[in-house]
Amino acid sequence: MSDVLTYSEAIRDALAEEMRRDERVFLMGEDIALYGGAFRVTRGLLDEFGPARVRNTPISEGGIVGAGIGAALVGCRPVVEIMFMDFITLAVDQLVNHAAKYRFMYSEQARVPLVVRTPAGGHRGYGPTHSQCLERLFFCMPGIKIAAPATPADAKGLLKAAIRDDNPVLFVENKTLYAVRGDVPSGEEALVPLGKAAIARRGEHVTVVTYSEMVVQALKAADALEAEGIRVEVIDLRTLVPMDMETVLESVERTGRAVVAEEGHLTGGIGAEVACRIVEKLFYQLEAPVRRVAGMDVPVPVSQPLERAALPSATHIAQAVREVVGC
Amino acid sequence: MALIRAFEMRIDALFASGRIRGTSHLCAGQEATAVGACAGLRPDDYVVSNHRGHGHFIAKGGEPRRLLAELFGKQTGYSQGRGGSQHMACFEIGFLGSNGITGGGLPVAVGAALGLMLQHRSQIVLCFFGDGAANQGTFHESLNLAAIWRLPVIFLCENNLYAMSTHVRDAMAIEDVAIRAQAYGMPGQIVDGNDLLAVKAAVAEAAERARGGAGPELIEAKTYRYLGHSKSDQREYRTEEEERFWHDRDPIKLFAAKLREQQLLDDAGLARIDADVKRQVDEALEFALQSAEPDPEGMEGWVFA
Repeated sequence: MSDVLTYSEAIRDALAEEMRRDERVFLMGEDIALYGGAFRVTRGLLDEFGPARVRNTPISEGGIVGAGIGAALVGCRPVVEIMFMDFITLAVDQLVNHAAKYRFMYSEQARVPLVVRTPAGGHRGYGPTHSQCLERLFFCMPGIKIAAPATPADAKGLLKAAIRDDNPVLFVENKTLYAVRGDVPSGEEALVPLGKAAIARRGEHVTVVTYSEMVVQALKAADALEAEGIRVEVIDLRTLVPMDMETVLESVERTGRAVVAEEGHLTGGIGAEVACRIVEKLFYQLEAPVRRVAGMDVPVPVSQPLERAALPSATHIAQAVREVVGC
Repeated sequence: MALIRAFEMRIDALFASGRIRGTSHLCAGQEATAVGACAGLRPDDYVVSNHRGHGHFIAKGGEPRRLLAELFGKQTGYSQGRGGSQHMACFEIGFLGSNGITGGGLPVAVGAALGLMLQHRSQIVLCFFGDGAANQGTFHESLNLAAIWRLPVIFLCENNLYAMSTHVRDAMAIEDVAIRAQAYGMPGQIVDGNDLLAVKAAVAEAAERARGGAGPELIEAKTYRYLGHSKSDQREYRTEEEERFWHDRDPIKLFAAKLREQQLLDDAGLARIDADVKRQVDEALEFALQSAEPDPEGMEGWVFA
């Protein structure tokens, strides 16, 4: 059984289903109640679940993420919304020094079943502090799982899995993807496990490893490259922590060429880590250096020509693929 | 209180003689606040602590042997040697943890209170923090959240006049942390942190009000720590005169004097208590020394549940 839903509706469905299934699940965030959230993802949930469980908060990102941690410690399963991923920096201490570490430093008695969901991404002219992809800040800190769905089905499935996970999970949504429609299974079939990549498209010449909105860009690039006789395999990571390197390595071993793509800045991004892992394991099987496609190392500007130049797209991925094929 | 004092002074000696590694933030001098506050709570209430948390932990029911084992980094410690002095918890007794980030526990305490309220449970949360933490952003966010949601949380500030080496007069433009309660719309009061029964009474009343749905409260306990901020602190920023003033108001001596007055304690009784706590600390040390060190095998698997 499935419906055609937008990514945004799929997320709302996941939240509603999990809240019906488990009364310990509740939501906190700025303007998520009557307003329905800045991107309207939580629209309608207040009517069904009431203001105690769809809880509007003041502008206190550190406070509300910390409150999520505390509620999780006494048995609740909070889902905290950070309105724009850029604002997550206000909550870095609570996420990095508390949520991520309680399990390790307090030992097995501690469990922090907290989900922090937030939209990343530019391309909308919102500017430097409303357009960032900041998953990299948490990717390198042990103790936080990170999911980044690219499709409505995965948005629903991974969010359900994240809510049921007993660990802190950063759920990275994407502003551009909110309007994308797709088939979404119903009920328990919808569940997508954390830690499993998906092969979004099969091909034998080059592996493009990516996640979130860049999966859409990679598939566009793959279509264009098909016409040139280059068949691209697109791996959608779906989860960054824990990352399914097995699927990535199996693909690159077959194709011998890899391009890793992300929207965030080039330096020290997810691509840097994935490229390194590929080289460590498959150096002798590679036919070309591993290439990265990423945002420029500049804050995301507002003016369209500037923003277009600063952020990567299908064009950049296609170009990188041609380069590794040419080697 | 005597147990906490004996425990902290023994740790001080162990550090001085190089027998423990790492660092510790000892609370000798602040015993009445820890013990009084926990005595004012129900046993099933929750406590969030800070980096100077040994007293809070023992007052809440923590076992000195497991605390000391943790300081020695042993497997039998509360955090199996992973956390050390400032990262210990025992959820079983409602001790939600000490932690090394000044002000870090405040939002967590707020969240725990929120969680208890959502589950319609009758327990409340007490959050210990210091004068230094009262200037951290988390303090302000936390008091505000607790007030708007009328959460069952007591914010207990142990104002010992110094945040490490910085005197409160250089860190705040106001005299008392307690008046900040007004800014957030909750009751605030000042209590003599060295008067065990005064602390107990203040917390007990605030606890019952919170349990009854009246919301949070800020209690500022005026107290003093005898030792330095941490082991390397020579306390050059304090005067001998000031230290003498507070030693004259030693919480243990004050309470003992009260008990003597009411003829509930005599010299022999006090000697018995001192001997008993020394024995407990000796036994805790023996336990810590005998315990095994943890095995790093599989450490990466300890990160996630």
